[in-house]
Amino acid sequence: MRLYLRYFAIHVKSQMQHKASFFLTILGQFLGAFSAFLGIYFMFTRFNQVEGFTYSEVLLCFATVLMAFSLAECFFRGFDAFSSMISNGEFDRILVRPRGIVFQVLASKVELTRLGRLLQSVLVFAYAIPASGVPWQMDKVVTLLLMILCGTAVFSGLFLIYAGLCFFTTEGLEVLNIFTDGGREFGRYPFVVYGKPVLLFFTFVVPLALFQYYPFLYLIGRSQNPLYMLLPLASLGFLLPCYALWRIGLRHYRSTGS
Amino acid sequence: MKASLSSRARMYGSLFRVRFINGLQYRAAAAAGVCTQFAWGFMEILLFRAFYQADPPAFPMEFSALASYIWLQQAFLALFMSWFLENDVFAAITDGNIAYELARPIDLYSKWFIQNLAGRVSRALLRCAPILLVAALLPAPYGLSLPSSPLAFAVFLPTMALGLCTVVSFCMIVYIATFYTLSPLGVRVIALSITDLLTGSLVPLPFFPDTIRRIVELTPFASMQNLPLRVYSGNIAGEELIRGVLVQVFWLAALVIAGRLWMRHALRRIVVQGG
Repeated sequence: MRLYLRYFAIHVKSQMQHKASFFLTILGQFLGAFSAFLGIYFMFTRFNQVEGFTYSEVLLCFATVLMAFSLAECFFRGFDAFSSMISNGEFDRILVRPRGIVFQVLASKVELTRLGRLLQSVLVFAYAIPASGVPWQMDKVVTLLLMILCGTAVFSGLFLIYAGLCFFTTEGLEVLNIFTDGGREFGRYPFVVYGKPVLLFFTFVVPLALFQYYPFLYLIGRSQNPLYMLLPLASLGFLLPCYALWRIGLRHYRSTGS
Repeated sequence: MKASLSSRARMYGSLFRVRFINGLQYRAAAAAGVCTQFAWGFMEILLFRAFYQADPPAFPMEFSALASYIWLQQAFLALFMSWFLENDVFAAITDGNIAYELARPIDLYSKWFIQNLAGRVSRALLRCAPILLVAALLPAPYGLSLPSSPLAFAVFLPTMALGLCTVVSFCMIVYIATFYTLSPLGVRVIALSITDLLTGSLVPLPFFPDTIRRIVELTPFASMQNLPLRVYSGNIAGEELIRGVLVQVFWLAALVIAGRLWMRHALRRIVVQGG
């Protein structure tokens, strides 16, 4: 942990070397997320509800997914950008150091510019948390925290898969963007909106709905089932196959030699 | 030395060809892109279906017109996405290779313009066919329908070409801005985050609140994908279409002239970075 903090401090310092670029990028990230928000806002000036979800409820869902995603992207960026690490030989250097491999990849990159998105999600929360009409008792607060934290874990798992597959392909696989960027974009709305088959897919195959949809029903009082509140924890099970794939990939690793 | 018109045309033609063939090499990436875009289009349509079911009269366009819009958008993504910029150009500006570019007897603006055009066209050609084919086979309101009339299709093609040129001329402005900031990241991220919304790639323009929509329709952004994709399904026709094309031609001319002037200014005060 102390070592991670050291790495963290180094990343902060190096990114602060290009201050103008750093803040502009944060602003850009913020504006990108802001356009996503405006997209929702425009739709709700025309429609009152979608699948029975109101504007402020959808915003709550949007902010949760956005926050989970930006946290994952901020801290797990090393896996997201893993293909360059393999192709430029940096990974060989990691293998010979006496520290955990996952730890080193994790620490190799911290992308603070993603704070722009995080800021957007905080602002949306500031509006949606009071406006959604949820009675914020202990159980609701815990539900929301679980949703965000487990969401971060699931997105990180997806980055881990992305990195694991890089061992076989060297190139990153663009197809997986459907689940990472797509998860962020389409996760703005509760997954039930897309129909049953899509919901089932995001429940049992890529468990985004386990932190985004079921606990959300409990949160806004559509379901009283306390089990739904704990479903985000089940999504953590997704990390096992992700890690397994990473291990298998690691065993197959052949240096690119550069 | 001033090259004759025909030799200049030949030169630009071969520049186009080289970049075009280059772009055709990335077939595996194209296959992956097709899958991604197909899934993306599918999810978009399901999302809009939910809104349609919530309140059909509030839906501002025919559902089939929206479906066609989305499939054309996914199929021709490479033509219209403003974030698809050439890294070579940024690299040339920041690492000093611009010096070589300037030594060539070619007008730099035209060269970059043509290369960007060719890169986009080759990418789009590799990807569009399978998406269009599958989308055309989907059941009625969800798939790509035929153009609303032969006339609509006849106008669709030139507006698409003009839209593509507008996108490229806008990207040229982003490149030229890099001469002044030297770090491409900031300008790029900011320019692109706003265009995504204003061009209608996130939510089609008819879904915007009316006053905002009317303003956006006067900007160059509405001349990019918005116009051709809505012309195709007859969502824009008649007087509105004529106005749209005039706005498009105006912005294309304005962006090209502004880009050229600005580039001349940038090149006059350029300092080549390092060796």
